[in-house]
Amino acid sequence: MSALVIDALTVAFGRFRALDALSLAVDPGEVRAVIGPNGAGKTTLLDVISGITKPVSGRVMLGDRLDLTRCSEAQIARAGVRRKFQKPSVFPVLTVRENLAIGCGPDMAPGAREARIAAVLGEVGLAVRAAVPAGALSHGEKQWLEIGMVLAAEPGLLLLDEPVAGLSDAETARTAELIGRLRRPDRAILVIEHDMGFVEAVADKVTVLHEGRTLYEGGMQGARRDARVIEVFLGR
Amino acid sequence: MSGAVHTGLAAPAHERRALRDPLVAVLVGLCLAAALGLVLGRPAPYLVNAVGQLAAFAILAVSLDLVWGYLGILSLGHGLFFAIGGYVCAMHLLAHGTVMTGTLPDFVQFMGWKGLPAYWAGLEHAPYALLLALGLAGLVAFLFGLVAFRSRVNGVYFSIISQALVYVAMLLMYRNDTGLGGNNGMTGFPLLFGWPMGAPAVVTGLAVAALLTLAAVLAGARWLVGSAVGRRMLACRDDETRLRTLGYSTTRLKLRVWCLSAMIAALAGILYVPQVGIINPRVLAPDLSIEIAVWVAIGGLGRLGGAVIGAVLVNALKFWLSAAMPEAWPFILSGLVLLVVLALPNGLLDLAGLRIRPSWASGAR
Repeated sequence: MSALVIDALTVAFGRFRALDALSLAVDPGEVRAVIGPNGAGKTTLLDVISGITKPVSGRVMLGDRLDLTRCSEAQIARAGVRRKFQKPSVFPVLTVRENLAIGCGPDMAPGAREARIAAVLGEVGLAVRAAVPAGALSHGEKQWLEIGMVLAAEPGLLLLDEPVAGLSDAETARTAELIGRLRRPDRAILVIEHDMGFVEAVADKVTVLHEGRTLYEGGMQGARRDARVIEVFLGR
Repeated sequence: MSGAVHTGLAAPAHERRALRDPLVAVLVGLCLAAALGLVLGRPAPYLVNAVGQLAAFAILAVSLDLVWGYLGILSLGHGLFFAIGGYVCAMHLLAHGTVMTGTLPDFVQFMGWKGLPAYWAGLEHAPYALLLALGLAGLVAFLFGLVAFRSRVNGVYFSIISQALVYVAMLLMYRNDTGLGGNNGMTGFPLLFGWPMGAPAVVTGLAVAALLTLAAVLAGARWLVGSAVGRRMLACRDDETRLRTLGYSTTRLKLRVWCLSAMIAALAGILYVPQVGIINPRVLAPDLSIEIAVWVAIGGLGRLGGAVIGAVLVNALKFWLSAAMPEAWPFILSGLVLLVVLALPNGLLDLAGLRIRPSWASGAR
């Protein structure tokens, strides 16, 4: 059984089809990268999965029971889906610890929360910054804090929207290593990214989107050799 | 804080300090001391009355700061909830007076009615009137909030609709056949709990009640914004989508705080009306509701103490100047708004911040 099945998903903004009958399946434990040129529909795909955008038609099945297109953002999150946004979205006036406490979600028992926050602080390497307001963190630290916030509730499906955009090479390497550690048999991870080296380092499989449709699906090596992918995406 | 915290009107700079604001403790202490001073010192009744009215306005300002400063919802119609409290209180006073003296209120006689309207039944009982005022304010807020928040009406659109709501209520209240006094409103309250309205003990009692209520509202609001719910309010204010995608129903959060705020505003109206001795549809005028936002902005948005200071300063100035030079008051108020917006974007509390440490240098703690 797949962790996430996207079935004939169509999203239209006026006459423009951001996603055009897109289908895609992600297995449990898999890290899937979605790449494609600007306007290919990558962020729209994450918007639909997280409930921010409603599709014209099609379904998004989590496991085999829940159709996410019928759920609110909060319901989707409580079903175990968490999203890291492209622009680091942390709460600037709250401390790192308070951000993580909110990240634990409304359902976690107060007793379990403290231990979970401590574990996540260690995992993302922000333990010494725990009492700092998130607004005072550097860009890279904000990215890690947000990854920590979405990790805090132990999601079964993790959506990462350009997690290394704007990071230095060292920070990118550290993030790749962090995502490697997030891999679990019961967790699927969907990453959107422009950085090809990063994608190659973290992803099991890539899906190349073009104009709202799948152009290629398979290994990164294959993508680099595929004539259509080279034409629309890698340039030339 | 090092940049990045300025996300428009809804996110004032000194938020971290706002969470453990010693100013609130000082103001609660001042309220209690003032209440004691009024009882023991027995100042002139007009002064006592002025203090009591200022306390009622401060409660109203705190109610708006809760939703605007901490949740990012600017209501330009909070006069509606204030008026609900005020009108129900006036109904209670008139019903109570009718029962005790056997004389019908002036406006009822003027309309040629033989008795109080049927739906006034039971309002001579103070606990029922109190419950009705708070319940009605909460219910109106709930219905309006439910529709607005579920449809995700935010920002300036919410403000405009809230303004329209108070305007509609004003037009309704100007009608003489509503049984609520029409354009003349309701006045001539004879008794409060059986005591003659103008008696010094009653004047002092009302002012003390307003001060104690303000102290309780401040302490309660301070507890709320310092709690986990308060942190969710700030999170919702700064990035509502982020909060929703972490599993929180922001509609429910906003609805709860919105209703609470409306009931606090009604409480302010309940305390205000017996002190001024009149209520009429003017309290529902849109400019009055805007003025509440002005008090909060002048004092310091997103800081409970700021709301109190703004409400007290502006209204004390208004009491004084609208008697001394009534034509000049609107210009002075406008000038004050411009000064604060241009020089002190976080309100008068910026003055204190400047002295301690400039906001751009406060950094991480």
